[in-house]
Amino acid sequence: MNTVLALSQVVIKELYRRKDFYVLFVLTALITLVMGSANFFNDDKIVRYLKELCLLLIWISALFIAVGASARQIPAERENRTIFPLLAKPVTRGQVVAGKFLGCWLACGIALLMFYGFLGAVSISREHEWLVLNYFQALWLQWIFLAIVIALVLWGSIVFTAPSSNATICVVLVIGIWGLGRYLNHVALQEREPLRSVIYTIYFLIPHLEWFDVRDKVMIHGRGLVPWVDCFLATLYGAAYTLLFLFATWLGFRRKALNT
Amino acid sequence: MAVCFTLGTCLQLRVEKWNTRAQSDSLLAILLGDGQRMFANHFFTKADVYFHSGYYPSWMDQGMATPDPGHMTEEHHDEHEEAEHEKAMDFLGAPKDWIDRFGRNFFPSTHAHLDKPGESREILPWLRLSADMDPQRIQTYTVGAFWLRRELGKVDEAEQFLREGLKANPDSCEILLELGRLYDENRHNPVHAGNLMQLALRRWDEQEQAQKKPDEGIRLQVLIFLSHVEEEQGNFRQALHYRELELSLSPPQPEIVKQQIEELRAKLGEEKRAEQTPGSKSQTLEK
Repeated sequence: MNTVLALSQVVIKELYRRKDFYVLFVLTALITLVMGSANFFNDDKIVRYLKELCLLLIWISALFIAVGASARQIPAERENRTIFPLLAKPVTRGQVVAGKFLGCWLACGIALLMFYGFLGAVSISREHEWLVLNYFQALWLQWIFLAIVIALVLWGSIVFTAPSSNATICVVLVIGIWGLGRYLNHVALQEREPLRSVIYTIYFLIPHLEWFDVRDKVMIHGRGLVPWVDCFLATLYGAAYTLLFLFATWLGFRRKALNT
Repeated sequence: MAVCFTLGTCLQLRVEKWNTRAQSDSLLAILLGDGQRMFANHFFTKADVYFHSGYYPSWMDQGMATPDPGHMTEEHHDEHEEAEHEKAMDFLGAPKDWIDRFGRNFFPSTHAHLDKPGESREILPWLRLSADMDPQRIQTYTVGAFWLRRELGKVDEAEQFLREGLKANPDSCEILLELGRLYDENRHNPVHAGNLMQLALRRWDEQEQAQKKPDEGIRLQVLIFLSHVEEEQGNFRQALHYRELELSLSPPQPEIVKQQIEELRAKLGEEKRAEQTPGSKSQTLEK
């Protein structure tokens, strides 16, 4: 466990040394503040449009931070040949995968804390209340979402040759599932066999990432919290897919020749 | 010299055109062109999404009719209208599988409207953006003004918004109707409201003559308002005229209108009798 934690610390340090997070954070803050300065009918309590915009930017930024950070982890170690001294420590390949995942996930968690802190500050300045539980639930579910994405991208970094192609394919896949996954059953019902079964199988196999996006319900439109039991079940669901992708990564990495 | 002079006169006209364009249109208008209308529609729909607290059909929810945005400004609904609206908004249907059922816990999946006091202010930014994108979209102004004056008590802002809409759409009887309501209900100035309604009626007639097929519902609302104002001011003949016009438009409850017409005729008769009776006030004055 200590080895995994040590590896994850290196990844976290790498995140705050790189400029990606700072650029995305400043952009998010700048766009939100500019939009927040707009005057709509002399009403300074209007806040939902601002929350929606800020949350959209947070989701986009977090996705790109997660994909960007995790896509280059294993390929960079191989390209720089630092993987050899690392494995000679001795560190097992499983520990490398777990450490890389944990580092990326924790780094994303830190980034999310900062983003949500900023959103909270903007929100408080307008509506003078901070719904802590709502913020916690939205942040937690987004973090679980990012865990699945990071595990998927780590697996992709074993399967695909270049980090750029891996990142592009994973982003397209994640956005596709996130946006369309919920509707695949509707599409399946309109098709004939055997296409219907094929689409339905995909529908049941893919991780339903849209569950983790509770912006509309919890944050923007004030429809209350997601029941905690459902939140827990969604966490288990996300953990299962994360472990599955990490296992696939480990399987692929275990057989992978490192000197190519 | 001659070439320079000719070029100068030709180019001057073009440069003036550029200047006029730059003054009249915003940067967005120049950049987006007609694409602005698409964005305006999107922002107006966004206001409706907010009105339904996030419960709204996405572009993937096939086979359902998009709710009528006019629902945003309807004050009273009878049971039938409410049932129709509920039916139109039941686009999710029953859950098809466990993923569908469980997934509904994570997004707004029940029909609701903005009910809490002051919550309606949240739709305003989208209406403002929609109006900026397409100033010819009349419904944006009427819906925006409705919420501003009715729910938020921002009468000045509502009037300013409507006047802005009227400037962009001088022939709009809908905006004049809403402006008339504002003067009647919020400014308590029925005379000015009546003048605006008469202008609205005139605009409606002009549109019909131009075969633009204006909404009969607007004419009906204007006539109801005018007859009410005229009756309050004691102009029973004019009120009767508007009620008869109202009846010709086949209103939803013709029996009530007929009854109102009878009442007005009775009042007119009383007025005439009072004028003809010897010793009446007018005759005394003449003497």
